[in-house]
Amino acid sequence: MGNPKAFLSVPRKEAGYRPIHDRIHDFGEVEQTLNSNDRRTQASRCMDCGVPFCHWACPLGNKPPEWNDALFKGDWQLAYELLTTDNDFPEFTGRICPALCEKACVLNLMDHNPTTNREDECAIIEHAFSEDYVQPRIPSRNGKTVAVIGGGPAGLAASTRLNQLGYKVTVLEACESAGGLLRYGIPNFKLNKAIIDRRIALLEAEGIEFKYNQNIDSTKLPKGYDAYVIASGTPTARDLTIPGRELNGVYLALEMLSQQNRVLAGMQFKNNELVNAKGKDVLVIGGGDTGSDCIGTANRQGAKSVTQIEIMPKPPVGPEDPNSPWPNWPRTMKTTSSHEEGCTRRWNINSLEFLGKDGKLTGVKVQEITWEPNPEGGRPIMKPVGKPEVIKADMVLLAMGFLKPQHPQFQDNVFVVGDAASGASLVVRALASGRDIAEEIDRKLSH
Amino acid sequence: MQQETTNGLYNASNEHDACGVGMIVNIHGNKSHEIVDSALKVLENLRHRGAEGADGKTGDGAGILLQIPHEFILLQGIPVPEKGKYGTGLVFLPKEKKRQQEILSIMIEEIEREGLSLMHLRNVPTNPECLGEAAISTEPDIKQIFVTGVTDDKVDSFERTLYIIRKKIEKRVADEDFYICSLSNKSIVYKGMLSSLQLRQYYPDLTNNYFTSGIALVHSRFSTNTFPTWSLAQPFRMLAHNGEINTIRGNRGWMQARESVLSSKRLGSVSDISPIIQPDMSDSASLDNVFEFFVMSGLSLPHAMAVMVPESFNDKNPISEDLKAFYEYHSILMEPWDGPAALLFSDGRYAGGMLDRNGLRPARYTITKNDTMVVASEVGVMDFDPSEIAEKGRLQPGKILLIDTLDGKIYYDGEIKERLAAQHPYRQWLNTNRIELEKIHSGRKISNKIDDLKIKEIEFGFGEEDINDTIIPMATSGQEPTASMGNDTPLAVLSDKPQLFFNYFRQQFAQVTNPAIDSIRENLVMSLTEYIGRVGTGILNPDETNCKMVRLSHPILTNTQLDILCNIRYKGFNTIKLPITFDGSRGGDGLHEALDELCSRAEKSVDDGYNYIILTDRDSDDNNVAMPSLLAVSAVHHYLISVGKRVQTALIVESGDIREVMHAALLLGYGASALCPYMTYAILDDIVKNGKIQENYNTAEANYIKAVKKGLFKIMAKMGISTIRSYRGAKIFESIGLSECLLNTYFGTETSTIGGIGLETIAKDAIAMHNDSIEAREKKTETPLPTLGQFHWRKDGIQHAWNPETIATLQLATRTGNYDTFKKYTAFADKKEKPIFIRDFFDFKRRPIPIEKVEPVEKIVKHFVTGAMSFGALSKEAHEALALAMNKLGARSNTGEGGEDEDRFHSTFDGISLNSKTKQVASGRFGVTTEYLTNAEEIQIKVAQGAKPGEGGQLPGFKVDEIIAKTRHSIPGISLISPPPHHDIYSIEDLKQLIFDLKNVNPHAAISVKLVAESGVGTIAAGVVKAKADLVVISGAEGGTGASPASSMRFAGISPEIGLSETQQTLVKNGLRSLVRLQVDGQLKTGRDVIMMALLGAEEFSFGTSVLITLGCVMMRKCNKNTCPMGVATQDPKLRAHFRGSYKYVVNYFTFLAQEIREYLAEMGYTSLNDIVGHTELLVPLATDNAKLASLDFTRLLHKETGDSSMYCTKSQEHDLEGILDKQIISGSKKAIETNGEVDLDFAIKNTDRAVGTMLSGYIEKYKSDLREKGNNKVVEPTINVKFKGAAGQSFGAFLVNGVDFKLEGETNDYFAKGLSGGRISILPPIRSNFNAEDNIIAGNTGLYGATSGELYINGKVGERFGVRNSGAISVIEGAGDHCCEYMTGGRIVVLGETGRNFAAGMSGGVAYVWDKNHNFDYFCNMDMVEINLVEESSYRKELHELIRQHYLYTGSKLARTMLDDWSKYVEDFIQVVPIEYKRVLQEEQVKKLQQKIADMQRDY
Repeated sequence: MGNPKAFLSVPRKEAGYRPIHDRIHDFGEVEQTLNSNDRRTQASRCMDCGVPFCHWACPLGNKPPEWNDALFKGDWQLAYELLTTDNDFPEFTGRICPALCEKACVLNLMDHNPTTNREDECAIIEHAFSEDYVQPRIPSRNGKTVAVIGGGPAGLAASTRLNQLGYKVTVLEACESAGGLLRYGIPNFKLNKAIIDRRIALLEAEGIEFKYNQNIDSTKLPKGYDAYVIASGTPTARDLTIPGRELNGVYLALEMLSQQNRVLAGMQFKNNELVNAKGKDVLVIGGGDTGSDCIGTANRQGAKSVTQIEIMPKPPVGPEDPNSPWPNWPRTMKTTSSHEEGCTRRWNINSLEFLGKDGKLTGVKVQEITWEPNPEGGRPIMKPVGKPEVIKADMVLLAMGFLKPQHPQFQDNVFVVGDAASGASLVVRALASGRDIAEEIDRKLSH
Repeated sequence: MQQETTNGLYNASNEHDACGVGMIVNIHGNKSHEIVDSALKVLENLRHRGAEGADGKTGDGAGILLQIPHEFILLQGIPVPEKGKYGTGLVFLPKEKKRQQEILSIMIEEIEREGLSLMHLRNVPTNPECLGEAAISTEPDIKQIFVTGVTDDKVDSFERTLYIIRKKIEKRVADEDFYICSLSNKSIVYKGMLSSLQLRQYYPDLTNNYFTSGIALVHSRFSTNTFPTWSLAQPFRMLAHNGEINTIRGNRGWMQARESVLSSKRLGSVSDISPIIQPDMSDSASLDNVFEFFVMSGLSLPHAMAVMVPESFNDKNPISEDLKAFYEYHSILMEPWDGPAALLFSDGRYAGGMLDRNGLRPARYTITKNDTMVVASEVGVMDFDPSEIAEKGRLQPGKILLIDTLDGKIYYDGEIKERLAAQHPYRQWLNTNRIELEKIHSGRKISNKIDDLKIKEIEFGFGEEDINDTIIPMATSGQEPTASMGNDTPLAVLSDKPQLFFNYFRQQFAQVTNPAIDSIRENLVMSLTEYIGRVGTGILNPDETNCKMVRLSHPILTNTQLDILCNIRYKGFNTIKLPITFDGSRGGDGLHEALDELCSRAEKSVDDGYNYIILTDRDSDDNNVAMPSLLAVSAVHHYLISVGKRVQTALIVESGDIREVMHAALLLGYGASALCPYMTYAILDDIVKNGKIQENYNTAEANYIKAVKKGLFKIMAKMGISTIRSYRGAKIFESIGLSECLLNTYFGTETSTIGGIGLETIAKDAIAMHNDSIEAREKKTETPLPTLGQFHWRKDGIQHAWNPETIATLQLATRTGNYDTFKKYTAFADKKEKPIFIRDFFDFKRRPIPIEKVEPVEKIVKHFVTGAMSFGALSKEAHEALALAMNKLGARSNTGEGGEDEDRFHSTFDGISLNSKTKQVASGRFGVTTEYLTNAEEIQIKVAQGAKPGEGGQLPGFKVDEIIAKTRHSIPGISLISPPPHHDIYSIEDLKQLIFDLKNVNPHAAISVKLVAESGVGTIAAGVVKAKADLVVISGAEGGTGASPASSMRFAGISPEIGLSETQQTLVKNGLRSLVRLQVDGQLKTGRDVIMMALLGAEEFSFGTSVLITLGCVMMRKCNKNTCPMGVATQDPKLRAHFRGSYKYVVNYFTFLAQEIREYLAEMGYTSLNDIVGHTELLVPLATDNAKLASLDFTRLLHKETGDSSMYCTKSQEHDLEGILDKQIISGSKKAIETNGEVDLDFAIKNTDRAVGTMLSGYIEKYKSDLREKGNNKVVEPTINVKFKGAAGQSFGAFLVNGVDFKLEGETNDYFAKGLSGGRISILPPIRSNFNAEDNIIAGNTGLYGATSGELYINGKVGERFGVRNSGAISVIEGAGDHCCEYMTGGRIVVLGETGRNFAAGMSGGVAYVWDKNHNFDYFCNMDMVEINLVEESSYRKELHELIRQHYLYTGSKLARTMLDDWSKYVEDFIQVVPIEYKRVLQEEQVKKLQQKIADMQRDY
């Protein structure tokens, strides 16, 4: 560790976002970057803990103390090598990971100013690309083949590892491009799609074959592979089946988000197909990250107003969550860049009915509720309080999560991975799941 | 003659002893009974240095060596021929007639074989009634034999013939009750398993007036256990030894190896009398055997002594070049027998004494005008009228004193050594034959680079931590890295990862029975110099060819040096390289065969005349796997010893697996002479080339080697060993997890504590690493080396007991006070995936009872204490939280070694006292004042610390702020160092004395002694109990630490389970267990841990890391850097602000723990914790299917001893405080104390009056303290003047407080004025004496140790180590021995005379003035930390003048008077010694004052 006392003298410095007025009109990435000097100074704050909770918290087992030290010492190449021993796609996680590691950082316990692991990670990999440290690594082949169904984070992680282990990997992707939710869920202002393209190109160069527009029925897997990885994610979003659901103007969040990303990728849509918030009063139902992405997208499309409602209570404000203390992830009130860009947020709101006129949505009847403890234990009981009210809306975006997919009984050589296996979760978990399954497949197939 | 065998962990070879010795000689050899009688009196006056067993009656052994009392024998009606023509001696025989007859017939046979006859067999009269039970049960039949028949022409060699006869008889008789005390025509030994007082009673011979002798040598023994045997009593045939030979294993091994070259003309073939060393005897007995052998072979007594126990002869020692050459010549032939030693020896004509090179035992002598000389461990053992005394002195380190009673001459060291040195032209022999490696250069360029470095790194098991956390710090800073917070990883044998073979070994270290050496401050006695080559004709035939050797200044070779060694062509040196690899495809068998092959090739190489053998694994390849270098070296070493070819060659190791200091130490300790860590050099080469460090290669390499050297010094010093020559092959290690078979075959060790793996697993691990490297090469992996997780937890790394789950859950549970969460925590901690600790292998038997029946939580918490963590290591907040918590629970917290702010003694927070109940006394004696000690419930003597046994500590200057400085009686900003040994505990009898001292200060406090687990800790503990400790702590090696050298944290000491179990077994066996409480520590976390430890024998449990974690510690392991982000282990106010702990969390922790223990007790069916203590039969080892784990054998560990009525403490110790002199002084001064009045008292004093003034001081302090406790801040300032006449016992005036003024007319023994806390002591020679006061020693060693304030004036010289760790007292003396003012941090010391070597070593504060009349003081001063100047500044001159004036005032010193009379002349000869750091502080203070003055002036304007 270069400077054991840096954390005392160097304050945490985040690169921060572009100013709202500047970023609100485009889909460019909102996050800025620090110059490399500041970056290294930030890395020096890492204390090289005897028990690194960051490493423990990270599903991938990333080791910030090691690469932060290399980064601080200016050894970008070593930092890159250390980083990528655990993480195959730091350019993704470095942008969109909620950074469990930072919440588990001892400096977060000490004064809520953890090391800037996520940004450091991103800086290291971007530096590595620009310095051409990142080169295709072509393994020697072991003669076995694996089909990976789905080119999202889990599928890509599994493919990468398997490929490196010498398997011939074919990715069968349902969409026209690889990346899954990275490409068709996360807005470009958070993750520029060129980043994905760059990675896919690299993977192709390393020998992974990508086949697009492949709608694979998991009960009828294509023949001829030694193993199969089902990495098809959670295709089904949770719907809100209250009266008026059929009205025009009620969309699932992904309908909007994926379309927007495709538009930005140059795809053309007919007017009647467009899901666009321009000039509309938008209501986002669901208070999570997807909801937040909807807000950012709606604002960029030129929404008149954006409101976000959530059925659960407002989480605790401030850095600590008494119900999930350090080093666990705190479920506290989060304000994203999209929130900053303008929206009304409400909690404890239950949606009763979509109201419409002429088949077109005009508003949503909602009611404030409260949660009372369940005398029998388990989930608390919802009790209405106050009178139903109407929120005016021309557009509703349902961002209420995804349903965990059900799978048939597979044969021994079929492995389910990522969201497809465990339900919707973080990209970093999908990556971890992907690489773990690769190891497992290798163990099984090499016997 | 081992009497006790056992199935448990007790091993008789671990016995230690220490003793009192004395000698009375009439210089002219005039025989008288008075000498015999006086010698017995001397023995009786030394009785406090001996000990008794549990029956309170059986002594550990006492004896006397005398000249043969010819007249007495004749008077017994035994018709012996004239003096010198018969041999006699006492023989111990079995009582059984048949066995006795058999032995006697062998004896007769051997005597007659030499043409002599057994003329008479006398039944020696004895008085068994006086014996204790244990002594009676082993009492032999004692007969005196008389051998006659020597013809006149053979009288000269008669003594030798008797020796040969004795050796041959010993060789033939295997009866354990048989022993020949002596057989000589000059001297005779009476001894037995007796106490000092019993010797006279038991042998009526000795009280017969016709029993006369001109020489008498006595010895009383203090053994650490209660099975001392009759034969182990001393004196032996030629010597009595007070001390211990630390290198004994090596010395015995080398002696065995050497026998093949030890035949001599005088003695004939050595095989007739082999083994020279009688097996199964004590270290002292072995020393005597070899000493006797040399003397019989024709060496003079002093010559043999100087060869075996040489003084230090490096640059720091003022001896002649010829003498240095003498020592160097002999050092090639024989390694020193190293360890503390006061040796008294006699062959019946000559009698003499000698001290070890370090002077670690006291020996004082007095010569009277009527030519009697007394030498003894203490002065005052014999009364002389002051006017009779001609000379007083002390034996000095490494020096010999010899009396020839025939010629009536005393020979002093200088003369003796000069003669020895002049015997042969040693200097010339060395110069023409010995080669110094450092001075040879070759033109060859040797590359340090290795191709495919990473692949090789994997092959030899390197991880990133090895490079970043070990090699780089060593290469950049020249020292080993520091680590903190203990070792919570599994033992090598419990780990599922392939292990470096080195990991199975742990360093042993000295505790209590012998001191560690201070390898930094007292480096002058240490040496790493080695010789390699072929020993020719040996010691008995002086010859210059013996010097044909290569001298290495240290054993770490560079690649270049190794190359030179391989290619020395001239003078006939030649060498051979033997590969240490095995066929990997054949596994364990392959390894086995390769070792056999290696050994026989080594033997052949010796036969072929190779001067040294290089064992190398450079040639490992795909098929040939490198075998662990340690295994290879040890196998060859032991094999060559067994075939008698070891000394003819040297072993050098060139191996890739060496990287750490411990690795080097192991290789040397198991027989290598030198080593070359070529992989480390390759890594250095790589990191230098890649710019990872700024040093160039040569600097990096030099730094690395320097670090290894320093580390070796430290590891040797830990065991009290001074030279690498005696460390080599001394096997000062123990192994954990290796099978008995493996140890027997390759390591020359008989027992294995818990069994373990053999060659099969070793081969498997080596092959696994080897295969990893092949795989890495094939896959061309580019990933960096992994961090294996030794110092940093990693998900896929080495398992740690403290990991995110355990830490976070424990914090949550104790913070929220939620017992369910606590149970989650204990589940995490107990149900590990894989075992980490030995206790993880056990379950316990169940027989449930309702929990209501079990004793309440409130009672159970009383069994808990918090570990010793100093204020200084911990922040104020954390330290106080621990005190509050424990006081709230009614348990005890521990101050640690840093003292405690006196404000805390009487103040409270939340209504709870802030006073820590346990006050620790460590070697640094920081803040150990009388007040501190009187405010304790328990006083703990820290002999060793789990994380770094045998080492001192250091609190870096940046951690010493105002308040810490105040608490430790030092100065802010100055580093505080605690020395490795307590300078008042060099032996078990010293510890007994310290316990006595502390008991005097505070009779209400329990005295505890903290030891660290190692093999043999049980016997040490038994000794400690016999030394009257009330509580013994067995500290596990896993224990935490604020800062410790990384290798010590991992490689010193053993698991608490083994140490505890051995201690319990030994104490119970000895009948001592019920006298003492037994406490354990070492990574205890949960109720289950406590139950396991209780079952193994502990009744108190100490917690360190776990309580710190409840206070917020997250195991950063950065305590040493002062950057603890949680404010726990830091002094930085910014960080302390982040402290989130509360004493309440700690209370929660212990309450939960107690509750969990209740639940377990209920499951087990017991109602109280005490009921399960020591009940190992309730432990059930868990089954395992892992082969490595299944190889462990816990039979010894779980063995249950019987012998004591109780398995836990049920009685209390008898401290013998009644009838001491202080009782009289106290009753005489009570009134003065209560009324602030004045009193004058007079007493006669004897050497048996020990710690005089100490109880008085404690009494005064307690009186003050009681007043303050009641809120009464009345000033208590009595004036108590006491005059003493006589020779004071040890610890005179220890802890003397303000208001007490002692004046001693006479002399004093060791430890006078120790811990002086404000009192005044003056010591002067008796008024009627007429020797020059300033030339005579009147006070012993280690005076003023750890004094904090007060005054001490001595009109005479003092012994070694005066003023060590003085932090505030002032003193004037008239001459000092070695190491004066060591580690001093404050106060003033004036020396009006010569000083010994190493003045002011480690001195960081205070000022010393030395009268440098010979203008050579700079040679004697250790200038590492101080500056010396003339006394020029007027304020200093004034100060010095005033000090000398006071000295004159209190002692009437003639010298002081002379100086004052001619001040301006004398002051010019004074030198002022000021520590550099202190000077800065003084200057800063001056500047501050000046600034203040200026500021004041400006304000006035």
